[in-house]
Amino acid sequence: MSDNPFDLLGEDLDEGHRWAFGTGFTDPLAGVDTTVPAGVDAAALARYCLALGDDALIYSHRLQEWVTRMPELEEETAIANIALDLLGQARMLLARAGGILGQTEDQLAFFRAEKDFRNVRLAEHADRDFAELVGRLLIFSAWRLALFTKLSAAPDPVLAAIAAKGTSELTYHRDYAAQWVVRLGDGTDVSRHRMQHALAVVWPLAAELLRPDPDAALIGAAAVDAGAVDTVLEEVLAAAGLDRPDAAALAAVGGRAGRDGVHTEAMGYILAELQSVARAHPDATW
Amino acid sequence: MTEQDWPLFEVFLRGRRGLNHVHVGSLHAADPQMALRHARDLYTRRNEGVSIWVVAAADITASSPDEKDPFFAPSGDKVYRHPTFYEIPDDVPHM
Amino acid sequence: MTITTQPALQAHFDDTIAAERRIEPRDWMPEAYRATMIRQIAQHAHSEIIGMQPEGNWITRAPSLRRKAILLAKVQDEAGHGMYLYSAAETLGADRADLTGKLIAGRQKYSSIFNYPTLSYADVGVIGWLVDGAAICNQVPLCRSSYGPYARAMIRICKEESFHQRQGYELLLTMMRGTDAQRQMVQDATSRFWWPSLMMFGPPDNASPNTAQSMAWGIKPHTNDELRQRFVDMTVPQADKLGVTLPDPQLRWNEARGHYDFGAVDFGELKAVIAGNGPCNAQRIARRTAAHEDGGWVREAALAHARKHQDHEAERAGLAVGANHD
Repeated sequence: MSDNPFDLLGEDLDEGHRWAFGTGFTDPLAGVDTTVPAGVDAAALARYCLALGDDALIYSHRLQEWVTRMPELEEETAIANIALDLLGQARMLLARAGGILGQTEDQLAFFRAEKDFRNVRLAEHADRDFAELVGRLLIFSAWRLALFTKLSAAPDPVLAAIAAKGTSELTYHRDYAAQWVVRLGDGTDVSRHRMQHALAVVWPLAAELLRPDPDAALIGAAAVDAGAVDTVLEEVLAAAGLDRPDAAALAAVGGRAGRDGVHTEAMGYILAELQSVARAHPDATW
Repeated sequence: MTEQDWPLFEVFLRGRRGLNHVHVGSLHAADPQMALRHARDLYTRRNEGVSIWVVAAADITASSPDEKDPFFAPSGDKVYRHPTFYEIPDDVPHM
Repeated sequence: MTITTQPALQAHFDDTIAAERRIEPRDWMPEAYRATMIRQIAQHAHSEIIGMQPEGNWITRAPSLRRKAILLAKVQDEAGHGMYLYSAAETLGADRADLTGKLIAGRQKYSSIFNYPTLSYADVGVIGWLVDGAAICNQVPLCRSSYGPYARAMIRICKEESFHQRQGYELLLTMMRGTDAQRQMVQDATSRFWWPSLMMFGPPDNASPNTAQSMAWGIKPHTNDELRQRFVDMTVPQADKLGVTLPDPQLRWNEARGHYDFGAVDFGELKAVIAGNGPCNAQRIARRTAAHEDGGWVREAALAHARKHQDHEAERAGLAVGANHD
């Protein structure tokens, strides 16, 4: 056989319908002017981007654990898409914070201690079944979409750009979760029972999302419209025929929670796994 | 087909520069809306402006690809000649 | 079909193959061709899906965020490849759930290579380099498969796998230019995956009685040994460039043949792995089985909902919460 194995690959046969989800493999903020505008508190901006970046990083980690475990192959591509989107958001947000703090995205992700991670505890939760997966994702993406919609007008142009890009992704995530919550809530008796139970498990973690963030004011970011997020959740529950869980918010520890670096016991195991190879080779480039 | 098996949908795409929808393959989904979402994940990069059609395979009526061929009647038939699964013996030689 | 038309149908089929035109889903074809094609495509599809596991093993531990994104996208691609291929098999009358059942029951196989464990991050790069490299050697000829839907799926797949191979090789280049520990990791991974990669091309030609029929049907344009030789010839210079040693003391360029000579592949090991006795067979099937069985209630719920609400209520509910970005 004389032809080079790659000969057939030159022809563009699908006119851009390349199915695989593309992510930017260059430095996340390459070519972007990263000057912090006057009037924006740089330290607060770094803390704020770290918080939203950590949410996405840890949430993506939990979704990555579902690869090869999804109920149907089509759901594998859907969940990998969502995990990739969140990872992409994490990279950009960590890079934004890192630019101010003098650290790279990887230094922040792999070499910070647990107490320095600022993700909400909802992000750390391990979904025990598909119902918890979609229930938790509904809460997270509904809130994050509402937040990013506001942040698209943030005074920091980099944060605003990250948020603007994220809104179309988060709309997809919220749609995906909402449609599944409805299917499961209004599917079979088994699925309804599981979905109701799943909501009861994750609902206590929702309140933490709406805690006021002092850094938001310092960077001129508008607060999330909590009422609007609640309306979204109510609509989905109604369509699903599910009851709103009557669950108290998960207690903080001496008033401190995820944003303060005080996490659930799951976080240590997440970081042990996530950081293991990087930490085993601290001087290596990958 | 069991109570758990999602039906087959055929996927057609018209790209931004395209003039018409082209068949790109198939996938399984529980309903047409899910099929649309999955087609977006599987066959595009969730590009805005790419038009996607999904059609239940069972709803497609197809002609023979070779109409001039005297061996095939010109009247329409279902897309697949074997709508139920085809039993494959274990001892069929493979590569 | 009446017996009197059968020879004519066979002749038409034979002419199509001989003229290197494609057989399409509704064309007449010999039952043995259909069955062979379903089995070949299905086993290829199973390989893609099972192949997600050894690589997926390292997503959560990827040592940089960029590598994590690349690996996650790659594993997602593999899910997609599996779906393209199941799709092609279904055009022949197969049913995907039935094929999954056969995989789980051990009645259909998948590529032997995925029965080996991935034990370090370097394995991710080596799989991209050697395993995807071998797969490309096997698969590019399939882009000219006589069966249309399979050929078209293969063209799309080969394009994407060429990216994967380059990304794997790039990771290895980076590691080989890195720390001593990284270099040792790459060498160790290469030593474990070299021979199993050669086994991916199947038994030797003198032990492959079905090759002739497959070649006659345009299913298999080249023999196992031809492809294996081509893979070795392509890969040895790549190994040299990386600076890794391939674990074969008999590997050397033969000027007279114009190819690399290489040592004897342990086909006994291949046979054992295919029979289910490799290091990871049980684990791979168990994972696939668990996902399928644990997901039954979800699939059932989706169908039940669809039947209840054929007026698109789920779509309205899901989209009512926000603008439709279609």
